[in-house]
Amino acid sequence: MSTKVTLPIYMDYASTTPVDPRVAKKISDHLTLDGNFGNPASRSHKFGWKAEESVEEARSHVANLVGCDPREIVWTSGATEADNLAIKGIANFYQSKGKHIITSKIEHKAVLDPCRQLERDGFEVTYLEPNEGGLITDEAILNAIREDTILISIMHINNELGTINDLESIGKIAREKGIFFHVDAAQSTGKVPIDLTTLPVDLMSFSAHKTYGPKGVGALFVRRKPRVRIEAQIHGGGHERGMRSGTLATHQIVGMGEAFRIAKEEMDRDIKKVQSLHNKFYDSVSKIEEIYVNGDMNNKVSNILNISFAYVEGESLIMALKDIAVSSGSACTSASLEPSYVLRALGRKDELASSSIRFSFGRFTTEEDVDYTLSLINHAVDRLRELSPLWEMYLDGVDLDTVEWQTH
Amino acid sequence: MAYSRKVIDKFEKTLNEPEKFNVGRFDPKEANVGTGMVGAPACGDVMKLQIKCESKGNTHVIKDVKFKTYGCGSAIASSSEIVDMLIGKTLEEAREIKNVEIAEALELPPIKIHCSVLAEDSIRQAIDDFEQKQ
Repeated sequence: MSTKVTLPIYMDYASTTPVDPRVAKKISDHLTLDGNFGNPASRSHKFGWKAEESVEEARSHVANLVGCDPREIVWTSGATEADNLAIKGIANFYQSKGKHIITSKIEHKAVLDPCRQLERDGFEVTYLEPNEGGLITDEAILNAIREDTILISIMHINNELGTINDLESIGKIAREKGIFFHVDAAQSTGKVPIDLTTLPVDLMSFSAHKTYGPKGVGALFVRRKPRVRIEAQIHGGGHERGMRSGTLATHQIVGMGEAFRIAKEEMDRDIKKVQSLHNKFYDSVSKIEEIYVNGDMNNKVSNILNISFAYVEGESLIMALKDIAVSSGSACTSASLEPSYVLRALGRKDELASSSIRFSFGRFTTEEDVDYTLSLINHAVDRLRELSPLWEMYLDGVDLDTVEWQTH
Repeated sequence: MAYSRKVIDKFEKTLNEPEKFNVGRFDPKEANVGTGMVGAPACGDVMKLQIKCESKGNTHVIKDVKFKTYGCGSAIASSSEIVDMLIGKTLEEAREIKNVEIAEALELPPIKIHCSVLAEDSIRQAIDDFEQKQ
């Protein structure tokens, strides 16, 4: 095995990314007395003006990456807050028009939980089933639309599968029906081009830390033309044109701005690099018997690869791969023993869902990292299958579906 | 995952030296073999335990054990842990083994206690299977 790798190897870029050193530099320039530490809301002195200038420059970088007007960007504490602000903000503002919301079963909890909260407040929510490839179809959307539907919230790239929904198509339906369309794009920035000048999307959530920026900062795109109004969820000073109060976290905001500026500049290179790592990884891992890729291979990003290793339980595989940082399901749900709700929604049997591992690569992943990971996977899967009574039964030709299991 | 050092050790040793740690199978049709299989793939763990016995006076003694387990690290460690508890015991003594002993030996976290319960069940089933054959 190669000795060039540093252990453990980080293969969990979809949960978070390391901050790019250029971003870290920018952040540290905005903290101390000799730096740009002022309050961007201070109007009476240069410290405030300079901080405001930095914040506005960062806003332009974010807008530039996704093709919108900087005035359409509202800073938040992250994609979770952006999702909350979009969903509750629309629901609260437009509830006199209707109280029905459409979303999907495979959204991130940052969308599902605000929807659940709105249900408690008297709204009705339809949770769409994805197709078996993990995509939300136009048909599913059309069938769910009602007279009183005010909002459709569908993610762009699924965090567990990497599958990419067709925003153009869903957005067109939403426009025709006069329904607002919110998109959680936490996994998208720097991975696929986004152009909001043409994309029929009304609100879009972004996160800094999935794109080599710092944790604790994100943004919500709120379209100006045609105008979208939202009710603020946090009050106290009327910052961000009243949509999100609170002193702006200058250092985090400039970090996000710099991260998104780099993402724009280096997207082609990042995508090409990750694609080649993905292909190398997939070519090798697909030689293992009885593995299944979760999510439509033809409609997904290259930085995420979700694989079920049949007859091997996911948690034991993660333990056997102790030198590789991966996750089973999403990091937010890994603490529970339940198999991933996303994989279940695809119709995967529980045992395949609980044997799944998400590998995600990024800007700092090397070929050596991938080689080393592959050799460990091969070894671990072999060993765990040798230990697995299910594998033994499979080799003996026993159909596991016909066995009467003693459930507990 | 808040696993104890003991679970991790047992898991890794079993994984790296399967033969030494009694991973494998006996022919279930043999008269002196008892097989127990508990759990379900949908629940995330299946344990298969086999005992090979020898008569001694008016009872039987467990001479050898083989197992295979599909499940999380502590399920695998729990199955591996009971091997040492079983060998040399009479069937009566083996029946007395309680899940608490396994859980304590491995310092299982509360969320993983069910693994030790499953391991205890597998012992009972293997003994029942053996006794039915006699």
